[in-house]
This record gives sequence, C-alpha cells and structure tokens, in this order.
Amino acid sequence: MMRESVDQLAMLRRNLASIAGNRLLSGDQRIATGHLTLDAALDGGLARGRVHELFPAEADDGPSATGFAAMIALRAAGRDSPIFWLSSDQAGRRGGRLHAPGLVELGGDPGALVLGQAPDAKALLRSAADAARCPGLKALIVECWGKCPELDLTASRRLALAAEQSGVTLFLLRLEAEPLPSAADTRWSVGTTPSRPLEADSPGPPMFEIELLRRRSGPSGMRWRLEWDRDQIIFREPANSGAMVSLPAGRPVAADPWRLSA
Amino acid sequence: MALADARARVPMLETAEHDESADRAWLEQLADGCIHYTPLVALDPPHGLILDVSGCAHLFGSERGLAVHVEARMAALRMTARLAFADTPRAAHALARYQAFVARDEATAIRKLPVAALELDPEATQGLLRAGLKSVGELAKRPMAGIAARFGAQAVTALRELLGEASRPIEPRIPATPILAERRFAEPVARTEYAIAVLGELAAEAAWQLEQRHEGGRRFKACFFRSDGLIRPLMIETSRPTRDPALVIRLMNERIESLNDPIDPGFGFDLIRLSVPVTEPLAVTQLKLEGGAAKEAEVAALIDRLSTRLGRERVCRLVTQDTHIPEQMQLALPFVEAAPPAAKWPVPTPGEPPLRPLHLFDPPQPIEVMASVPDGPPHRFRWRRKFHEVRRFEGPERIASEWWKRRDGAVDNAGLTRDYYRVEDARGRRFWVFRHGLFDEKPNPKWYLHGLFA
Repeated sequence: MMRESVDQLAMLRRNLASIAGNRLLSGDQRIATGHLTLDAALDGGLARGRVHELFPAEADDGPSATGFAAMIALRAAGRDSPIFWLSSDQAGRRGGRLHAPGLVELGGDPGALVLGQAPDAKALLRSAADAARCPGLKALIVECWGKCPELDLTASRRLALAAEQSGVTLFLLRLEAEPLPSAADTRWSVGTTPSRPLEADSPGPPMFEIELLRRRSGPSGMRWRLEWDRDQIIFREPANSGAMVSLPAGRPVAADPWRLSA
Repeated sequence: MALADARARVPMLETAEHDESADRAWLEQLADGCIHYTPLVALDPPHGLILDVSGCAHLFGSERGLAVHVEARMAALRMTARLAFADTPRAAHALARYQAFVARDEATAIRKLPVAALELDPEATQGLLRAGLKSVGELAKRPMAGIAARFGAQAVTALRELLGEASRPIEPRIPATPILAERRFAEPVARTEYAIAVLGELAAEAAWQLEQRHEGGRRFKACFFRSDGLIRPLMIETSRPTRDPALVIRLMNERIESLNDPIDPGFGFDLIRLSVPVTEPLAVTQLKLEGGAAKEAEVAALIDRLSTRLGRERVCRLVTQDTHIPEQMQLALPFVEAAPPAAKWPVPTPGEPPLRPLHLFDPPQPIEVMASVPDGPPHRFRWRRKFHEVRRFEGPERIASEWWKRRDGAVDNAGLTRDYYRVEDARGRRFWVFRHGLFDEKPNPKWYLHGLFA
C-alpha cells in the first residue's frame, strides 16, 4: 500500500517535470540576433537559459568565434546585466588576451565585464558550474581551449541543468576542439568571411559565416552570413555583398535547408 | 606674502601644496597617541587637540610634569607645540593661540587676551577694535545687551564661553574597538567539523556586532590557535560589505578547500577567534519586491566565491589607463577591491568599423612582411608558419612613443614610432599589424602582429 503510493507520487512528479521541461519558450525567452532569416529558423532566436556551443570553422577562426560569442553575449545581457567571461591560463598564451578597447569597439562596456581566470580545465568547469547557477547573471562565456577531456557528457549535462534552472545563457567557446556529443541546446560553427569593403578598400565591420551544426529541437545544417552593427548592437544581413542568395518565396526555411554559395 | 614675492626673496624656496586631508590624518594620528594621557581626546581642527586631563595630571607628577612630557614627545616628532591649561576647553584653545602677556592667574590671563581670541568674523573684530575695545577684559565690562545689539548674539556667546560662564562640551574621539568574536575551550577541540561549526556561531556574533554599528565587513580573519602553539590564520575578502554569517562560512569553506594542506587540528584547538579587520558602512537594506537588489547581491556573492577559490588576482575588472600605447591602455584590477572612480573608455565614432582588436598579444608577435613599397602597407606576411595575402588594408595609424614619460626625456632619443595597419587577408581574417619604427628612425624596421579582430 505504502509502496504503491510512493510509486504513484514518483510517476506524477515525472509527469509534471516532463510537462514543465517541454513548455514552449515565449518571445522574451529568446535572444533575437536581428538577422531575420536566422531568427525565423530558430523560432525567434537563441534560447535563454541554455548552453550554446561555438566552434571555430577552421583553426584560424578562433578570434571570429570569440568575437561572435562576445557579440551574442552583449545581446543576451542587455544594458543592465554584467557579462561573466571565464577562461583558463592557456587562453592568454595562445589567443592573446582580451583587449577592452576592442570590446568598446564592438559596442560593449568593459565596466560591465567580469573576467575570471582559472588555472586549469577542472577549475574552469567548476567555476563555470557555479556561475551558471547564479540567477543574477544573464550571459556567461566560458572559453575552453583544446580537447578538454574533463568536459564530457556529464559535465556538459551539469552545466545545461544549472543554466536551465537559473536562466543564465551559457556560451561555451570550444577553441581548437572537435565537436563531441554534449547536452548543449545548439552547436555552431563560426567562420570568418571577407568584410564589406568601405571607402578606399578598407576592411569593414565584422562579418561571419555561421553554420548550425546541431539543434536539439529542430533541423540543422543551415548557413547564414551575418554582419555586426556596433551602433545598434545587433546582427544584420550583409547588404548586397554579391554572395547573397535570396530566400525562396512561400517556402519555409526549416523545411528546405539551403546553402549559401560562399 | 604672495608666493611669487617669497620666491623673489628666497630663490631656493621649496614649496609644497597644502594637503588638508593629510593634515587631518596626521592630527588624528597624534590624537590617537594622546590616549596615553587621557581617554578623552578631542580634535580641534585645523591644528589643535583638546585633552580633558581632569584627574589624570597626577599620573605625571603634576600639570607641569604632564606639559614637559607632551613637549618632549612632540619635539621627538619634530613638532612645535603650544600648550595651555585652562578650566574650560574654549579658554585653553584661546590661551594656547593668543596669549601674549604673562599673568598671575587664569582669569586675568583671559581678560588680557586680544579681542581676536573671540574668533568672531573679521568685520565684527574690526568693529570692536574701532570702538576702542582691544582686550577681552575691556569688552567684558560692557553690558551684554549692548554688545549683542551691535556685534550680534554670537559675540556674546563667544565671550561667555571664554569667560567660563557658558560651557561647550568637547566631543572626545572614541577609538573604534575592533570587532572580535572568540571562543575558548576547556578541552581542546580535535574535530575540524566542530571547529567550523563554532566558526559559524562566531560569525553570527560578529554579524550582530556589525549590525549594532551599521557596518559590514570587507575582510574576515579566522584564527585557529592549536594547543601546541601553532596558529593557523585564514583570511577571506568580499567585494561588498556583508554581515551574512552564511556567506562568511561559505567563503571560509571555499578557502579551506583551496588550501594545499587541510587544516590539521593536531592535539586540538583551544581557542578560535574571528575578527573583522576591515569594515565599511552598511545600512540595513530592504529587499525589493521585484528582486533587483537580490540579483546584484547574487552576482557579488558569486564573485566573492570565485575570488576566494581561484585567488583574488584571478577575478578582475578592466579599467582604463591614460595612455596611447595599446598594450598599456587597460589594467586588470581584482574585483574584490573597491572600484576606482571610473574613467571613461573612448567612445567609438558611429558608422566606423572596429578600429581596435578584441584580442591583443603582449608582447607583440614578430612577423615576416613583404611590402610593395618600403614604408607602405604589408602586401603579404607570414605568421605562425602560414602566409597571409593582404587584400584590404587601412592605415597607417601612427602611434608615437610617449617621449614625455621617458626618464631621459630627450627629443633626440624619443623611442620608436609605430605605424599600425588594419589588414584583411583573402579569407577575411582581420589582423592588426605594425611596423616598429619609421625609416628615418631605424634602418630596417621590424614588423609585428599585435592583435586579432573579430
């Protein structure tokens, strides 16, 4: 008798959890990038309170992936919330250290940035889990170099659960690493692409080519080109750079994954 | 005398700017030293101290003995002191500053003081002198009503205080007692868990003391006194004042975990002490209904925890420095330290692409460059064993060395100028490279890669 009621309770709890877990995210629980087709494909943008993995498309694209993480974190954090940036000791040696005037040039405020530096990968993941549990944060960037065997499925699941409970959006930068199974909501490959030339053929605003490698709740494999608008703190579709393919009218994007000719 | 006048007369004159806060700090230090004579010491700014020595003078033999002692100590500090004993603080203040004649007793001495000793505003003093009233005694003979009518009620108050008819109490400095909570044990405590639990009780006691003073602690120090005489201190710091015992214990646990060797109780602790060496004012806060303050507190708690675990230098904020040299423009300060007054970061011009890279190499990385013209932009360069063809560039942006900061300061040894170029290669990777030195500064200037754009 006793045993039965315990089982029933457990089942009810499971049901409730599955209902609560699967509830649809409303509009303000998404981070709109500003790029219309990208937002449409993602049902309004990247989900808040989830883990998003960012991989450089090629070994040299580290700075682009980092820059993309900084930009999307700026959009996630908004004006009044700090950005927490965790990295390990080897990040500074390999990719250069973060330069605050450069962040200002991307539209950020270094005053609202908290930098954390962990001595090794284990300490980095532990600090990341602590930060992901802090509901006062909105955006957390974790810069992880190399293969990082400590970041296995369990660790990634722990981060995802913490982020889900607190509402922190975690951007996991995987530099010099290969994608492995993880609990992330989305996985992106970020590559650089020639910018829009300005007067006198000088390089223009940052331009990226991103590919959605994996998405938990939807199709993947699409590619987009994004240009960062520092003044509005928003991504834009590049203005007629020549490489743009227009969207076929009357067909949903998600149903027909299309690729841009690069 | 004007400064220019003084310099004309004594060309070797050394000058220093008047620093009021330093004077005040020194006066406070002297006041703390005077606790030696009496517990009631009051500041009399800008350059006076009032000591209430009632019942204390006999400890130094007599009032004369006390005066000799004070003078000897001040002389050792190379300070010139003027002392005066009087029945009221106001009279002692005036006698120390304005006494010019020797007098038989205190009442006569006060009456012989000039009217300036009343320390009225300059107009009133001038008026008294014009009326022929030169000393306090002459003024005291006049009817008070007349003085009040002509020179204001404050003149009467000052006069009565000086004569000892009205009293003004002093405000003695009371040295702040340190916040301290300790627990002694009859039997040494050998279990670390129990010691930590006791630390929690001590934190609650310290929090109560802090609350009485409307203060919060910024630094907490726990000392474990082992019965064999070894003392194990543990120190934690918080980024904002706190008196939350739970937070203090959580940070202490973090600190214990981050220790290389765990706390060894040995034969047990016989005393545990928690002190709060650094405090800051902290008003009682009311939680916001929408939870705004709570959110900030959560972030602060996270920063404290990570600073304690990783080390205070590892969680930092970036502040700007007043320089043009890119690698010196930012300074990383520990977050738990109070934020310095925020200098503004330069605001970028709307519509411009980013002109500074997001990542900077310090020191810059040497590259091999082929340029079509010797002092022109790079045409192709090699970095980390890879060739990059430059397709687009902008520059040069010339950043001179800061010759005004060089010790030799010479114009003929001004340091090398850097010519910065923002370049983009065929695949769209954007770099910040510079040539170190102009061709007329150096025969064969080297090229460096300094930063990576997003």
